[in-house]
Amino acid sequence: MTGRAHPLWLLAPALLLLGGLFLAALGLTLIRSFRYMPVLGLTDPDLAAYASVLTSPGFLSSLCLSLWIALASTVISAALALGTAMLLRQTFPGRRLIGFLVQMNLTVPHVVGAVGMLYLVSQSGFFARLAYTAGLIDAPGQFPALTHDPFAIGVILLYVWKEVPFITLILLANLQSIGADHEATARSLGASRWQAFRHVCLPMLRPGLLASSALVFAFAFGAYEIPLLMGASSPRALPVLAWQSYTNVDLATRPEAAAMAVIIAIIGLALLLVYARLTRPLANRGRDAG
Amino acid sequence: MRGSALRTLAGLALAMWLILPLLPLAIWSVAHGWRFPAIWPAEWSLKAWAFALSPASGVLQSLGTTTLVAAATTVLAALVGVPAGRALGLYRFRGKGLVLLLLVAPAILPGIAVALGLHGIFLRLGLTGTIPGVVLAHLIPVLPYMTLVMAAVFAGFDTDAEDQARSLGARPMQVFAHVTLPAILPGLLTGALFAFLVSWSQYLLTLSIGGGKVQTLPLVLFSFATSGRNDVTGAVAMIYILPGLVALALTARHLTGRNLALGAGVPG
Repeated sequence: MTGRAHPLWLLAPALLLLGGLFLAALGLTLIRSFRYMPVLGLTDPDLAAYASVLTSPGFLSSLCLSLWIALASTVISAALALGTAMLLRQTFPGRRLIGFLVQMNLTVPHVVGAVGMLYLVSQSGFFARLAYTAGLIDAPGQFPALTHDPFAIGVILLYVWKEVPFITLILLANLQSIGADHEATARSLGASRWQAFRHVCLPMLRPGLLASSALVFAFAFGAYEIPLLMGASSPRALPVLAWQSYTNVDLATRPEAAAMAVIIAIIGLALLLVYARLTRPLANRGRDAG
Repeated sequence: MRGSALRTLAGLALAMWLILPLLPLAIWSVAHGWRFPAIWPAEWSLKAWAFALSPASGVLQSLGTTTLVAAATTVLAALVGVPAGRALGLYRFRGKGLVLLLLVAPAILPGIAVALGLHGIFLRLGLTGTIPGVVLAHLIPVLPYMTLVMAAVFAGFDTDAEDQARSLGARPMQVFAHVTLPAILPGLLTGALFAFLVSWSQYLLTLSIGGGKVQTLPLVLFSFATSGRNDVTGAVAMIYILPGLVALALTARHLTGRNLALGAGVPG
């Protein structure tokens, strides 16, 4: 890999691997979503699975729930991360410790955070016990349901916990490469602190903020184990619904599961295009290959 | 001075929030019968740890499986991702935008979109229920991180030193070992940390491809959590997060600057 090989040779293993696994898997799902499964005697492709999925109230409420979880988690995380990045940019006692905690959070798997959050905010969790001790409630059932609830509050809290550090680290890296000169210039020209942030700093952070938000949205929309652990049993988050239809003993539901997976993939694809637009500079980097 | 005090206060709140969900897990792991409405456990016990560390629980075996899968995935991702990152970082070529899109896609498209089809393919290849199958499946979300981090590294890499070494008679492997590798090593470590962590926390792909036969720690943690063994769940959670913390401590020095901007796309 040190020679002057054409870039395509360097890329070949990665492209073969992703083509063979990722694209092949998507392709098979797509074929099955058209109800083409010779094993089950289905040899005439049609759109019946899509028709059945798109008219099912269960699917639509699951789709709405997953979009709600993703949107709420992303907006709250992005706003808090912006504040956190601005805070960590300043010097104050304890900043190094917080910097360490932010990085540490990145290594904690989602499912660990989810269980911890469950023990914190469930109706018999730590906060409910505090409320009981303070005399606010007399029984666990009186504590507001923040887990297994219709609005997926616990799920959203977990994503906020996990993604604020993620977006913050990306923003801090961006801030580092932008430097403080532009804001200092704005200040010297008479801009207030808020004006310098709003009109100079924020626009420069925008691409990084939006790109990381797209990643967070995609993850919160597509995660399986978190809503399974913390979410309500009805409606279920879309990935949970899709996987449970796939593993249903009734094999006839498999095309419907595949159709749901395709719809999830299309939403993911839209997010991918947003992300790619925002991170385009890499495509233009480098010298021309011979 | 007032601004500084406010910042410290905000920082303190942030620090609390960051460690808060981990506290009940740590406390539960050494608590005995910590029932509602007790704020603090009345009795302490190491039973959960003793059980988690005993062969009967299968937790240590699971730790071994998880480590093996993550390490194998990371090594494979490096072997494939370093050359790919070099191509993306150093060269412009026709179709580069499309190649980038394909290489980033698996990190953004939800695992469930891939899991169904992959399960169908691996079933036919006899790879379901095997560790190699799970490693191959993990490569899908892992490879983008390794490739993107390495692309960013190679974008700032000067190939002149390689040319000089070559003109002085170094063989390709010598050039790589003595010139290229030392230059890209910090970035490679960052990429490896991300790759390891993405594989380490993978749930659905392990569940679907492993089919219950490859029991990694997230699966074990999940089943203890849903069976109501809070104390054992706490101990398993502690065992599960420890290697990630160690890996972070070992690579923390390199985890700043531009690598992160491209590479930190790890919501997994």
